[in-house]
Amino acid sequence: MTPILDIQNLRKWFPVGGNLFGRNRRQVKALDGVSFSVRPGEILSVVGESGSGKTTLGRTVLRLTEPTDGAIRFEGQDITHLSRRALRPMRRRMQLVFQDPFASLNPRMTVERIVATPLIIQGGFSRAERRERVAEMLRLVGLQPHHAERHPHELSGGQRQRVGIARALIMNPSFLVADEPVSALDVSIQAQVVNLLLELKEKLGLTILFIAHDLAVVGHISDRIAVMYLGRIVEIAETAALFRTPRHPYTEALFSAAPVPDPTLRRGRILLEGDIPSPLNPPSGCAFRTRCRFAEAACAQEVPPLREVAPGHLAACRRGDIALQGVLES
Amino acid sequence: MDTLLEVENLAIRFRTAQGEAAAVSDVSFSLKRGETLAVVGESGSGKSVTSLALMRLLPKPPRCHVSGRIRLRGKDGALLDVLDLPEEAMRTVRGNNLAMVFQEPMTSLNPVRTIGAQITETIRLHRPMPPRAAEEEAARLLDLVGIPSPRQRLSAYPHQLSGGMRQRAMIAMALSCEPSVLIADEPTTALDVTIQAQILDLLRNLQQRTGMAVIFITHNLGVVAEIADRVMVMYSGRVVEQADVVPLFRTPLMPYTQGLLRSVPRLDLAGRRAGPLPAIRGNVPDPRRPPAGCAFHPRCDFFQPSRCDATPPTLDKTPDGREVRCLRWQDSLLMAGSGEALPPQRGPGAEPLA
Repeated sequence: MTPILDIQNLRKWFPVGGNLFGRNRRQVKALDGVSFSVRPGEILSVVGESGSGKTTLGRTVLRLTEPTDGAIRFEGQDITHLSRRALRPMRRRMQLVFQDPFASLNPRMTVERIVATPLIIQGGFSRAERRERVAEMLRLVGLQPHHAERHPHELSGGQRQRVGIARALIMNPSFLVADEPVSALDVSIQAQVVNLLLELKEKLGLTILFIAHDLAVVGHISDRIAVMYLGRIVEIAETAALFRTPRHPYTEALFSAAPVPDPTLRRGRILLEGDIPSPLNPPSGCAFRTRCRFAEAACAQEVPPLREVAPGHLAACRRGDIALQGVLES
Repeated sequence: MDTLLEVENLAIRFRTAQGEAAAVSDVSFSLKRGETLAVVGESGSGKSVTSLALMRLLPKPPRCHVSGRIRLRGKDGALLDVLDLPEEAMRTVRGNNLAMVFQEPMTSLNPVRTIGAQITETIRLHRPMPPRAAEEEAARLLDLVGIPSPRQRLSAYPHQLSGGMRQRAMIAMALSCEPSVLIADEPTTALDVTIQAQILDLLRNLQQRTGMAVIFITHNLGVVAEIADRVMVMYSGRVVEQADVVPLFRTPLMPYTQGLLRSVPRLDLAGRRAGPLPAIRGNVPDPRRPPAGCAFHPRCDFFQPSRCDATPPTLDKTPDGREVRCLRWQDSLLMAGSGEALPPQRGPGAEPLA
């Protein structure tokens, strides 16, 4: 199956510091050689701590941030260097849902205007057509027709996120990047929005790149998961395989740190020491080695490549001899 | 002697442009030495306002009215009536008896002063000692909360520390006067899971060492299961359920608690995706316009017309010493399988009783 999105060796470096003439300027390697592809109709999640580069990844594949190097192919077409103009017809096929439904909706517009904005920008729709499309979208995301006249402040957090999703879907995209779409919502509302995304995926045949840090939500929603650490993918696999048999020590530690809502299961944790290192000055070799319980001298030598450890399961760890704990099935 | 804090019938009302709003009503609980009470609730449930009332940090009347009784055991064993204390005495209570850690350490620390200056200031405010000694003490505290090379960190500014380190510094500051009760308001919500695990571990260790009691405010049920001895669930300004942590997770009595526990996806079922998550329908109520009767009734699977929307339920005590606010808790107990574990996540929501 041809992938809907194919990323090769993507790099995004942000220059920081330095003087007027660019001396002593250093680079934050937010993305440092990321390659993966997304299959049509799947939900691929990207997880990792803050500073791992997951948000930059989402923005770069949509060309909202210009890549420093690498290639992005969307529906078979190389879009890495397309001009803004040439990109515009592609843009309707790929959309973004933002994290914070309080900050990403214009407070002075009505819901109808917010959801219709992509139609206005793309042009070619009459007022009546726009109104009809908006009503259809609101129904699709579980809002009532009367919500069209409201302003964002009159809606709850969950309703606002539904408006954000309706806006993203109005151009009939095939591909959605959802950047932490439920983490700003109340617990009892998160499940509603997760269910909505899954339902829309089925109904519309959407492909979703789901960026999140909540492992329980990610475990429920994803077909596959990519784990990022300091600008690189350290492991990528089918959801069940990743949870049961993680092959990178960082994945193991992330799962171990996730709190489980069962007080009888206060587990022995694998506590990671310290913080994620500064991306300005990442450790040599494997970037995770400074916090890894299996690190040895050789890990500092070179960056371990992502290699296939089982069918469809890739991990970037040079130690093939270690036994890691997964999340057991109940 | 073992009870450190007792709250009775706490009520908090705010005056807003649209009239009076009851943020919190009828909240009662007590806290023993070394105990961790988790307060669970969503936005508008009144959990943060309750903790601010304990610290007496709410605005003064007429903007805000606090009534009820908060009794705190002082370090000499005497009982203090927190709501009646003069401001002067309250200043000693804050820090010495009650201390608080907030969610976002970046906004609670002063960005233009070093960590060391801020901690030594707190120490010297409560415990008169020469600056040198206070600095020693600050370094000891940073070491206690697991900050590496604490002496160098004293001269760091908040922005030079990572989120986890800032939260540790906040905890160090809160601990500087060895409070008997620590109130932690979503202290790990802004942190990554790996750092959250470190902070929870730290709090547990400190508690074991000092016998400090902790009120832990959170919306994360995983965190609750991890650290709480007892849990108080709040909804729309009221306590709706209170129980020890194991029975609460095993057999939640209040339909809201049941719904919350079901709607959280489980790590151990990752990749199984057995249908949609059993979500609670509807929205979190606006605290300015709470629904009549039971505030949860518009979202409840056990809703009975002209009963649940008419009669506000009282907080009932169950035979085994739990508390639940639901007109039908005995029915819902039947529902949950009376005393047996809640069945693992079923289809979308439980079938309502006939």
